[in-house]
Amino acid sequence: MWKTILRRLLIMIPEIIILSILVFILSKQLPGDPFTGSINPKASMGQIHHLMKINGLYDPWYQQYWNWVVHLFHGDLGNSYEYQEPVTAIIGSRAVNTFWLALLTMIMTYAIGLPMGLYAGRHEGKLQDALVRIYSYATMSIPFFVVLVIGGWIFGYDLNLFPTSGSVSPNATGFLPVLLSKFYHMILPATLGALFATSSITQYLRSGVIDAKNSNYVKTAQAKGVSMKNIYKHHIMRNAMLPIAAFAGYSITGLLGGSLFTEQIFSYPGMGLLFLNAVNFRDYTVMTALVLLYGFLSLLGTLLSDVALSVIDPRIRVE
Amino acid sequence: MQNVKADDKDLKKLEAEARANSTPSSFKLMFNEFKSDKMAMISLILVVAFILYVMIASFFINQSSMMSTNIMNYFAKPFTPDFWLGADAGGRSIAKQMVVGSRNSILIAIGLTVISSAFGIAYGLISGYFGGITDLAMQRVYDFMMIIPAFMIIIEIVNIIPHYNVISLTLLLSMFYWMGTSRLIRAQTLSESNKDYVQASKASGTSTLKIIFKQIMPNVSSLIIVDTTISFAENIGVETGLSYLGFGLPVGTPSLGTLIANANDADNITTYWWTWLPATIEIILLCLAISYIGAVLRRSTNATQRRSTK
Repeated sequence: MWKTILRRLLIMIPEIIILSILVFILSKQLPGDPFTGSINPKASMGQIHHLMKINGLYDPWYQQYWNWVVHLFHGDLGNSYEYQEPVTAIIGSRAVNTFWLALLTMIMTYAIGLPMGLYAGRHEGKLQDALVRIYSYATMSIPFFVVLVIGGWIFGYDLNLFPTSGSVSPNATGFLPVLLSKFYHMILPATLGALFATSSITQYLRSGVIDAKNSNYVKTAQAKGVSMKNIYKHHIMRNAMLPIAAFAGYSITGLLGGSLFTEQIFSYPGMGLLFLNAVNFRDYTVMTALVLLYGFLSLLGTLLSDVALSVIDPRIRVE
Repeated sequence: MQNVKADDKDLKKLEAEARANSTPSSFKLMFNEFKSDKMAMISLILVVAFILYVMIASFFINQSSMMSTNIMNYFAKPFTPDFWLGADAGGRSIAKQMVVGSRNSILIAIGLTVISSAFGIAYGLISGYFGGITDLAMQRVYDFMMIIPAFMIIIEIVNIIPHYNVISLTLLLSMFYWMGTSRLIRAQTLSESNKDYVQASKASGTSTLKIIFKQIMPNVSSLIIVDTTISFAENIGVETGLSYLGFGLPVGTPSLGTLIANANDADNITTYWWTWLPATIEIILLCLAISYIGAVLRRSTNATQRRSTK
C-alpha cells in the first residue's frame, strides 16, 4: 500500500512541474506588465523599463521561472495588479468561501445521491428505478450552468426564497446570525450543484447494490435466514458504499470546475469569481496563481481518491 | 454453362440464407432500435430537422443589420409580428439571434466533436494496441491533461490570442476535450487486441497501421458512434458555457451562450425574461434529445438491453 502511495507521489512531481511551467509560460504570454499604472500613473516608459530590468523581467525564461518558483516556495506569488496587495492574501480570503460552498455541495450531493442510488438498486427494473434513471439522465445531459441559471431564476428571483448574490447579508452581526446568513446564502447554489453532481454517485451506487444483491455472500446470508432489511444494512450497503466514499476526491475536481459558473451566477465571492474578475481586469498574477492552485487541488483530489480506492479495494491498486 | 449458372444461383441462395441467419450489423441494430422506439425516432428527426433549419435559415439573415442596435425597439415585447421572441436592450431581434447563435454554437460543437473524437480515437487505439511503454507514456499524458483546469487555461489562452474566430476557438477547445474518448477506446482496444483475429493478422505480417485502423477500429465502431453522439451533447455545453462566461465567441457574434448570458443582468432575469429564456429552453431540449439518441444507440450495442429483436 505504501508503495502505491509513494509511486503516486513520484508521478505527481513531474506533473506539478510541467503544470507550473505551462502556467508560467502562459502568464508570460499575457499582454501587459506589472508596473504600468501601478507605481505612479505618470511614470515614464524609461522608469518602467528600469523596474522591469531590476526585477529580472528581461532575463531568459528559465531564470525567471526559477525565481518565480523560489518565491512560490516562500509563499510569495507576487502582488495583484488590481488590488496592489499580495496575491496570497487576496486568494486566502476568497478560498474560505469557496471551501465552505464546496463542502456543503459535497454533503448535499451525498445526501441526495446515496438514498437515490440505494433506492434505485433495491428496486431494480421497477418504476422507482426508472424514475431515478430518467432523473440522472436529465442531469447528465443538461449543461451545468443552464441548471444554475434556471434554478437561480425560479428559486432566487421568481419565488424569492433565497438570496441571489453575496456570501453574507450586510445586516448580519454577531457570530450566529453571520453563520446562519452564510449558510442561507449557500443553500441554493449548493443544492443546485448537488442535484447536478448526484448522477454519477447514484449510478455507481445503483450498480454496486445490484452487483452485491447477486453475490454469494448475500445468498449465503439469505440462506441462513437473515432478514432482507439486515442484509441491506450490514452487507449490501457497506460493500456498495465504500467505493463511493473514495470518490469524494475526484469530485473535488468537478466542484472546482463548477465554481466558475456557480460563483458567477450567484455573485458569490469565492475563487471562481475572483478568477473571472481577474481576467476582466487583466490581473495576471492572480489569474496565474489561481490556475496553479486549481491544478494542484485537482491533483490532490485525484491522489486522495486513488489512494482511498486502493486501500478499500486491493483489486484497483495502481500498477 | 448451364452448370455454372446453377452454381451461381445456389451460391446466391446460400448467401441470402447466411445473411438471414447471421447477427445483424451494428448499423442495422441501431436502425432497428430506432424503429422500435418512437421517442427516439422523433428525437432524431427533430434534432436533424432543427440543425438543418438553423443552418439554412441563417443564410437568409443579414447578420450585420441583425446585430446593429436600434433604440426604437428597446426591449420590444415578444409575440409581435416584427419580434416573435422580442428584442434585447439594443433592440435586436432575439429570434434572429437565436437562429444565428444556434448555428454558431452547433457548428462549433460539431467541429469540436469531430476533431476531439478523431484525436481521442486515434490516441486510444494506439495506446491500447501497443501497450507496454507506449501505453504507459501515453497514459501519463492523459493523467496530466486530466488535472489541468481546462476551463481556466482556455480562458487564459483566449486572452492571449489577439484575434480568434470560430475555427481557432474550435481548435483550442479540441485540445482539452479528447481524454474521455481516448480512455474509452483504449479500454476496448486493450481487450480487442488480445483476440485471435488480431494475433492471426500479426502473425501473417499485416502492417500495424492496417491492423489498428482497418481491423480493430471497425470492431469498436459502435462504441465510437455512441461516444461521439454523447460527446456532441456535452460539447454544446462546453462552447455555450464558455460564451456564457464571456470568453467564447468574440463580441458581436451571437451564440446560445451569449444569449443566456443576458441572464447575468438582474433586470433581464426578472423583467425581460425573453432575452435569455428561449435560448435556455432550446439548449435543454437540444441536449436532452441528443443524449437520448445517444442512450438509444448505446442500448442497441448492448444485447441484453436491446428492445428490438433483430
